[in-house]
Amino acid sequence: MSNVNLKVDLNGLQLANPVTTASGTFGFGEEYKDYVDLNKLGAVMVKGTTLNPKQGNATPRIAETSSGMLNAIGLQNPGVDYFLKNILPETKQYDFKTIVNISGNTVEDYAKLASKLDESGVAALEINISCPNVKKGGLAFGTQPAMAAGVVEAVRQETDLPLITKLSPNVADITAIAEAVEDAGTDVISLINTLLGMKIDIQQQEPVLANKMGGLSGPAIKPVAVRMVYQVAQAVDVPLIGMGGISNAEDAVEFLLAGADAISIGTANFVNPEVSMEILAGIEDYLVENGYDSVEEIVGKAIK
Amino acid sequence: MPERSIRNIVSQKEICPGHYQMVIDAPEIAAEAEMGQFLHLKWAAETNSDPLLRRPISFNEIDREHGQLIIVYRVIGRGTKLLSTLEAGDKIDLMGPLGTGFSIPEEKNNFLVVGGGMGIAPLLDLVENLLVADKEVTVLLGAEKKEQLLNLEQYQELNVNLKTATMDGSSGYQGFVTDLLADLTAIEYVYTCGPEVMMATVQEWAQENEIAGQASLEERMGCGTGACLSCVCKIKVETESGWEYQKTCTTGPIFALNEVIFDE
Repeated sequence: MSNVNLKVDLNGLQLANPVTTASGTFGFGEEYKDYVDLNKLGAVMVKGTTLNPKQGNATPRIAETSSGMLNAIGLQNPGVDYFLKNILPETKQYDFKTIVNISGNTVEDYAKLASKLDESGVAALEINISCPNVKKGGLAFGTQPAMAAGVVEAVRQETDLPLITKLSPNVADITAIAEAVEDAGTDVISLINTLLGMKIDIQQQEPVLANKMGGLSGPAIKPVAVRMVYQVAQAVDVPLIGMGGISNAEDAVEFLLAGADAISIGTANFVNPEVSMEILAGIEDYLVENGYDSVEEIVGKAIK
Repeated sequence: MPERSIRNIVSQKEICPGHYQMVIDAPEIAAEAEMGQFLHLKWAAETNSDPLLRRPISFNEIDREHGQLIIVYRVIGRGTKLLSTLEAGDKIDLMGPLGTGFSIPEEKNNFLVVGGGMGIAPLLDLVENLLVADKEVTVLLGAEKKEQLLNLEQYQELNVNLKTATMDGSSGYQGFVTDLLADLTAIEYVYTCGPEVMMATVQEWAQENEIAGQASLEERMGCGTGACLSCVCKIKVETESGWEYQKTCTTGPIFALNEVIFDE
């Protein structure tokens, strides 16, 4: 152990370190207890949660692509009431901050979710206005600045919990959405969600995914994500959680240098279930080797 | 408890065109693994991101005595192609043992095991365990042609009632392996693994004859830990819709045969 200060302060949301796991890739945390010392994670963004249980999309839900993968799970989840009663008590046994990713079909859905989670003891809410895999809501809220702001305002009225708004990369100008959600009262911005994509089976001559389109993730999208973090970091004052294809500590440091205050690991958990701990150790090594005392010293250092 | 570790490959050989048998040295996993469980594999190269994901492959045999895991797989795409290039002494990155295993109901005596194509591979360990438990075992194996009847020689040496079916007639009955079900009597319990259409036919036959059983399912898989919800399958439950998506990786891959909905 070094004397490097790994603590991160995201506008009042205190994390022990900058390493978090991305919603939809880490279940509710417990799924990885055989591989990861969960107490060492900064935070876990739990599986996207909706008001009512959702069955999700038909299979196939996943398709491998060059250095990446497409998914179209369709927000399968047991619903917020089940989460509060049966899952949250389990996640509370660990030291990581539980951040609930919320999704709705309407602005009212988001507000109701925020109200139900307000005094539950979760650390923060991540507002998912960027899921590409559901018919209503989701991505629609994330592509129009005014609609995105409307969701954030509605959630803000229901809770004092720290709010993280997760942005979609499937937009012409991500800084416009970032500015809108900042004005609407988000405390933190996380980015990026998956890029909308498709894979076609040339033998069957049809899309591989039952949902036809899906979200692209993995190393293939990392340069897009780094660019967007770099742009948004200059457009807003709220802290950022950067994600998109982070597979190792070098990738994570790239995001920090681009302006992210913390990072999130997604698809890489599938490739190596132990990767989050390796990345945490690697960030610390980078800071020590380069003579830094804290993570925050390198945040945005690449912005020229 | 499943673990992730980097292990040595003891041997790898092509057992018939496009089909490979890999032996992996992993005593701790072998000690803990149960028949019907699987490994989630990646060729061990830290920086290799293409192909990106692991590949789930069931145990063909668990050799506890030598601390070795034996898997048999077919080359289908880029991932399995890469796996097939590995040789004795190479490293492999594995997660396991994963999933639920087969269980053997003690009170039954007369068992049927139906395997088709690659679905034959996970059944050898089961059949050997049924024999150890002193059960009567009928084994039906089906494939396109004789050379694809995996482990055929091993089955021929076992004390089982073995019947084969091939589409080209090169071994046993010519036609679908499920055509052989009609002649069976006195079966009390059935296990099956193979193409969905085959397992659906076995399920139908089992329901008509009021026989319970277990099926080993396969789906495109992401994490292998139950987190990503990619590998779900439709399982009957007592809810309004009558079914729900359950995880092949952690709730399965072994499910009660009568609870599986084969419709996709």
